Amino acid sequence: MSKKTDNNLYTLVFAVIMVLVVGSVLAFFASSLKPNIDENKRVEKQQNILYALGVNDNDESNANFISSAVAGKKFEKYIKKQIVIQGDNITEDANAYLIDVKQQQTFAKEGKERKLPLFVGEKDGKILYVAPIYGKGLWDAIWGYVAMDENMIIQGAYFDHKGETPGLGANIKQRFFMDDFHGEHLLTDEGEFKGVTVAKGNNDPKNERKSDYKVDAIAGATITGNGVSAMIKSDLQLYVPYFKSLKN
Amino acid sequence: MALLSKKDAGLLTDPLTDNNPITVQVLGICSALAITAELKASIVMALSVMAVLALGNVAISLLRNIIPSKIRIIVQLVVVAALVIIVDLILKAFSYELSKTLSVFVGLIITNCIIMGRFEAFALGNGPWKSFLDGIGNAAGYGLILVIVGFFRELLGSGTLLGFKVLGDPIEKTGLYAIGYENNGFMLLSPMALIVLGIIIWIQRSRNKVLIEEN
Repeated sequence: MSKKTDNNLYTLVFAVIMVLVVGSVLAFFASSLKPNIDENKRVEKQQNILYALGVNDNDESNANFISSAVAGKKFEKYIKKQIVIQGDNITEDANAYLIDVKQQQTFAKEGKERKLPLFVGEKDGKILYVAPIYGKGLWDAIWGYVAMDENMIIQGAYFDHKGETPGLGANIKQRFFMDDFHGEHLLTDEGEFKGVTVAKGNNDPKNERKSDYKVDAIAGATITGNGVSAMIKSDLQLYVPYFKSLKN
Repeated sequence: MALLSKKDAGLLTDPLTDNNPITVQVLGICSALAITAELKASIVMALSVMAVLALGNVAISLLRNIIPSKIRIIVQLVVVAALVIIVDLILKAFSYELSKTLSVFVGLIITNCIIMGRFEAFALGNGPWKSFLDGIGNAAGYGLILVIVGFFRELLGSGTLLGFKVLGDPIEKTGLYAIGYENNGFMLLSPMALIVLGIIIWIQRSRNKVLIEEN
């Protein structure tokens, strides 16, 4: 059977035209929608930081951000100061929340001094410090924001992920998991950094033991949980010198 | 006679039972195992696949006479990938919250064998309207199984349905938990999805005369 569409030249021309058409359609969509998408991402960062600080629209069991329409205003109201720690240098920067944590981690690997953003907020008369964290889950990136008081006791946490399994690893952004971190200690009484481990067999479903450096893992999400433990450990540890300096 | 001829209606209803993509054609198993730990994810996935499969089937059907047969699989892949990415970009720009819920499924949709299977088996040989119906029907058959598996896995694994605690609170020990009932954590893992699926196939094959094999 020989058809016009079996011809080699036809096949080649078809492939080239298809690639050009599909490529330009995708490029058109990507570039024309980019400003909107970037703006959405910027607002989302503000919502994330506010969430960790405890400014959110949570109902009884679901985690909800404050609406994106008021995020900018609330961000100005609650975040008193944004600082960037780079080695011994501490500077204020009103756009510190836009710092790309992943990029800074790469800089650190290349031996450069990385920038550590920290957001100082005030909620119900308490000063809280919100730090971003970034790591790897099972399939893709996971990240979050952790709000701490001056003793590095966690006062709020927000986690998110790019592509963890729905119903399993994706549940790190559910309240039952994030709320468990509230009140957990990151430092030992001697001031040594221990972090918080997402642990199986913790046997503490109501999370009553606050200074055991452990929260309950999610069944079926071991690797995502390990990723959360690892990013808390590696990223929050870097802030210890700053918190120590607060005390003196 | 209603909207559809008998043949067309068959395109919609056959995949629900006699020719179900998952339980009879055994397509799309991987996603049926991966995302059925909760009912909501199953429903979202079913609807997403329906949109992509219906649109993709129509697109492939319109192009069926000009697609070179030597590279037809590549063309099919390009069409479905482009469709899914465009929908994802539009959602990201105008409905960011929804896009975050759906973004996890994007990769799973592109690799879903049902999509390629229907393009190859149906859309390449039939007109756009029939292909559209075939897409809707097969996605519905796929979705039906997903929802059944999701229902049992969420109910028995977490004691919830769509996030509501229908069996009581396992931590506070209310409802069923007060009399010693425990959630079965194994239901949350993929092997249990395979077993639930096996049971569905078993029940279907023993009840549906069309599927009983002679030997």
